[in-house]
Parts: sequence; C-alpha cells; structure tokens
Amino acid sequence: MTAATTTAAVAGRSAHRRLPRFLRRREGALGAVLLALVLLVSFAGPFVAPHPLSRPVSFPGAPPSSAVLFGTDSLGRDVLSRVLFGGSSVLTLSLVSIALTYLVGVQLGVLAGLSRRAFVDPLIMRLVDLLITFPPLLLLLVLLSGAGEGFWVLVLGIALVLFPGVARVARSATAEVATTGYVEAATVRGERLPAIMYREVLPNIAPAILADLGVRFAAAVILAASVNFLGLGAQPPAADWGLMVSENRTVLATNVWAVALPALLLAVLTISVNLLADAYAHSLGRSDGRSR
Amino acid sequence: MSAPTEIGPAPGAPVAPATPPRVRRPVVDFLVRRIALGVLTLVAGSILIFLATNALPGNVAQVVLGRDATPERLAALESSLGLDRPLVERYVSWLVGALHGDLGRSAVAMAQSAPETSVSVLIAGPLLNSSVLALIAAVLLIPLSLAVGVFAAVRAGRPSDHVLSYVTLAFGALPEFVLGTLLIVVFSSWLGLLPPVSLLGPSETPLSRPVGLVLPVLTLLGVAVAFSSRQVRAGMIRALRSEHVKTARLNGLAERRIRYRYGLRTSLATSVQSFAQSIQYLFGGIIVVEALFTYPGIGTALINAVLRRDVTQVQGIALLLAAAYIVINILADLVVLLVVPKLRTGAR
Repeated sequence: MTAATTTAAVAGRSAHRRLPRFLRRREGALGAVLLALVLLVSFAGPFVAPHPLSRPVSFPGAPPSSAVLFGTDSLGRDVLSRVLFGGSSVLTLSLVSIALTYLVGVQLGVLAGLSRRAFVDPLIMRLVDLLITFPPLLLLLVLLSGAGEGFWVLVLGIALVLFPGVARVARSATAEVATTGYVEAATVRGERLPAIMYREVLPNIAPAILADLGVRFAAAVILAASVNFLGLGAQPPAADWGLMVSENRTVLATNVWAVALPALLLAVLTISVNLLADAYAHSLGRSDGRSR
Repeated sequence: MSAPTEIGPAPGAPVAPATPPRVRRPVVDFLVRRIALGVLTLVAGSILIFLATNALPGNVAQVVLGRDATPERLAALESSLGLDRPLVERYVSWLVGALHGDLGRSAVAMAQSAPETSVSVLIAGPLLNSSVLALIAAVLLIPLSLAVGVFAAVRAGRPSDHVLSYVTLAFGALPEFVLGTLLIVVFSSWLGLLPPVSLLGPSETPLSRPVGLVLPVLTLLGVAVAFSSRQVRAGMIRALRSEHVKTARLNGLAERRIRYRYGLRTSLATSVQSFAQSIQYLFGGIIVVEALFTYPGIGTALINAVLRRDVTQVQGIALLLAAAYIVINILADLVVLLVVPKLRTGAR
C-alpha cells in the first residue's frame, strides 16, 4: 500500500521529481546540460560543419568574419569546422580508456579480494602500490617513449595509469562482502571462482565501485587531452581540440579563437564531468552535510 | 575554566614505563621504515622505467639515425650506447651509473655529434629551472589555499561560499594546458601584460627574467589551490562542528580565537595531507605547463626526449622525477606526523 501511494505521489509531481537524485541538484543539472552540449557538438558537429575539414578557406590566422565565423587556423582552415570535428577524438580515447580501466581494475581488485591462493593478493596489490607511487603523466610518457604512439598504445597507457585506483576500491569492497553469508554459501556450494566473482560479488560491490566513476573519467579526459596537446596523440592533419591548442599558437596574435575556442570546449567538457561527479558524491551523502 | 581539559598525559610528561621500547621513538622508526620502503619502491620503479622504455622491439639507434643509416654507423652508435649487450647487463650498469650521478649518454646528441652528450650534464640546467618554478608554486600554494579554504569555511552555505565552490571546482577541473591557454589569451593577447612564452636566453636564469615565471606559476597555482582549498574548507568545517569548538563557543571565547586556535589548528592535519598531494601534483602538472610556455625546464626536456625517442634521456629524467616524488612523499608524511600528535603517541 505504501509503495502504491508513493508511486502515485511521484507521478503526481513534475517530471523533475523523477530524475535521479544527483541530477536534481543544481550543479548536477548544470553538469548534465553542459555535458550534453559538448557531446552534441562532438558527435553531431561533423554533420553541420560549414567548411571542409582540411582545405584552406582563407589566409592563415584570418580573424573572424561573416564567411568564417571564428576565423582560420595556422594553415588557413576554418576554425569552427575543425572544432566541430575535433571533439570526438578526445572523447573516444577517454571513453575507451575508462572502459578498459574498469574492466581490468575491477577484475584484478575482486580477484585480489577473493582469491584463496596466498600469492595472488600481494602480487596484484604490490603492483598497484608501485604504479600508484608515480605521477600519472610521467608513467604515461615513459610508456609512450618505449612503445611508440598510436590509439591503442594510448588506451593501454591511460588504463595502466588509472586502473590501480579502481583495483584498490574493488579489493576493499570485495573484502567487505567476502565474509557475508551469501558469498560463503556460494563457496560452500562449490561454485567456481568466476561464478562467485560475477554473480555474488560484483552486483553487490557495483555501487561502491561506480561511486567515483566521474572523477576517474575526468582524469582520463585530462590525460587524453594533454597527450594530444603534447603532440603524442592525435597527429596532424587530424582535427583535435588539444592538438588545435598547440598547433595554432602561431596565429594567436591575429586570431585568438583558433586557440581559445578548442580550449573553451575542453574546459566545458572537464568542468561538466566534475560537476556531475560532485553532485553524485553529494547525493551519496559524502558531503559536509549541506545536501538534502 | 576557559582552557579545555587535557586528557591523558601532558605533552612533556615522561612516557609510562609500560610502553614497549619500540614505540618510544616513533618518528625515527617511521623514518627508517619509510626510507627503506622508498628505496625499494625506487628500485622497482627503475625496473619499470627501464622495461617500459625498452618495450619497443625497434632499435634506439635505428630510430635516432633514421631509415637511411649505414650499417656501419648503426653498429658504431649501438656499441657506444652499449645496446649490443643483454638487457639485464644494461639495466645493472645503468642503475650503477645512476647511483654515481651518471645517467648515460644521449643517443640523439651523439647522432648529431653534439659537444655534450652526457644526460646528467644535459639535464642539470633544466632541472634547476624547474626547481625554481616548482618551489615558487609550492611556497605560494600553502598560504593561498589556507586563505581561500578558511574564507569559504567560515562563510559555509552563504552566497560567497557557493560562488567560491563553483570557481574552485571549475579551476580544479581544467587540464593545465587549457587553464594556461586561457590565461595566455586574457593576459597576453587581450591585455598585453605578460609574455605568452617563457623562453630564456643562453645567459639568462628564470630569476633574472621573473616576468616569464608569472603565467606558469599562476597556471600551476590555479589548479593546485583549487584542489587544496576545497580540502582545507572541508577540514575546517568539520573542525568548526566538533565538540571542543562548541565548548569554546559556550565558554564565550572570541570568535577569532575559536576560528584560528581551535578550528584551523585541528583542521591542519587534513590540510597538510592535501598540500602534500598538491605538491606531488605539481610534478605532473609542471611537465605540461613547461611545454605550454616553452619554459626551459625538465618537463620540456622530457617531452622533447619522448618526441625524439631519446631513450636514455627519458630514463634519466623519469628516474629523477620518480626519486623526487618519493622523497616528497616521505617528507609530507613526516610533516603530517609532526603536526598531528595523535599519530605519534598511538601504538603505531
């Protein structure tokens, strides 16, 4: 009966009330809108770009005019069109990397928390401790210098830098549920390790693991954008926001937008992800008590 | 009546004889343990660096000399770099050399027949320049974060706090090169106040041309202060809600005294930890910031070495940065230990 009344009450209120809790907070809503905007620009942008991606339309570093809304870049190409094309590379790289990060981090963490073989836990966790000791970007650069560039090397590198954090969280969450009745029952029933991992443990530790997904995704975006900026990721003539910031420095004096527009879009992207992460953390009660 | 009652022995009181001798010098114990662990980590890290930089089957000499290198030149460069020896032997001689301050020779410099090929000599100047940049940022970081964090904490929930919280979130979220670029757009393109690059002439040092340091330092501080001040604010709010602050309030102490003597002092433990994290962050941030402003430091040197596949130089710089990172880690934990008496007296 209580469930029925609650449903009725919720349905009676505005659609706003049906949103997840963290999206109802002001910063959550703002973050969601901004992120949607960036995603729209990145993935729908190529279809509405006014000019071709790589053909010069005016002289290099031309200031904004009615023909080229945000001027041209260091090679005379339309800045707006390149910005509309240039978001998908950083987003794809960070999305694929974060997926691999969680795939590896969660498995290793759960394995470390569950395994009964004495060497598995220390082996995984000492590796995690070691990787966590180094500055993320340094680790990534060292790997790139040895393994060369390329999309999958970058994905591997970013995942290598970020998975230790996930593994730590997954391990401690697993350790907490490992002694609960249902996991012990499954062990006694003689279920195999993978079955226990995926059917008993994983569904129960999922909330704990996903709690800081936003923060980690933001870190992946920063690493991906920085690598592109440093010239170690996307290569010219590809359009990429980070790469645009570095290659258009030469026309800063005549057309600020060639640098400012991609930088602003990267700013909106990282800020929106952080707003969402912050709102989500608040909704979980990890705040200083000001949240409702 | 006004002073809070002391619980347990006073700070200077003799230690109870029941305490096991192990705990009597907790700071020394801690240092010995951490330094041993640090050395171990550094050795493991050096293996990691060495393996990662040698991950590519392709040959360093080949990459450096280009495709049309003659087999004779290749062989000559290889043997002078010691690349014809087995991996383990190369690692051991590299590590032994590094312990004597010799980080090997730069393959790129050798291929270009540069006058100076020793990595240790090549990176000494950039290392000094980077230290200047990092030190200035670190010294400014602490007072600024404390000021912003405390300001926000005592106004918690009010409009100024909300605005600050959005601003720090935004700044802390940005990649360093994005924040730096936006600062360049504002301060050098629009206002024309500061130079967009921090190049130095051959006879110049960063301190002889301080105007070039402003934007790099501001960029580093923008991100680091945003992070640390949020931690300071949270710690301060927690401290201001604690029982001893309530007691002090009920006793009618002046708000200023409560804020600094009882609130800030207690919250320092968490703050110091966040400063340590921020200073560690500076190590990663400095690489990108130097590249953005073409500041002649270790970060720019590292990026150039990575782009040119100058493996020996990458190894040397990475080892140095890793060592510095570990030392900072130990120092930060030591400071935390000294600031938070609880950690020293407990049976840890």
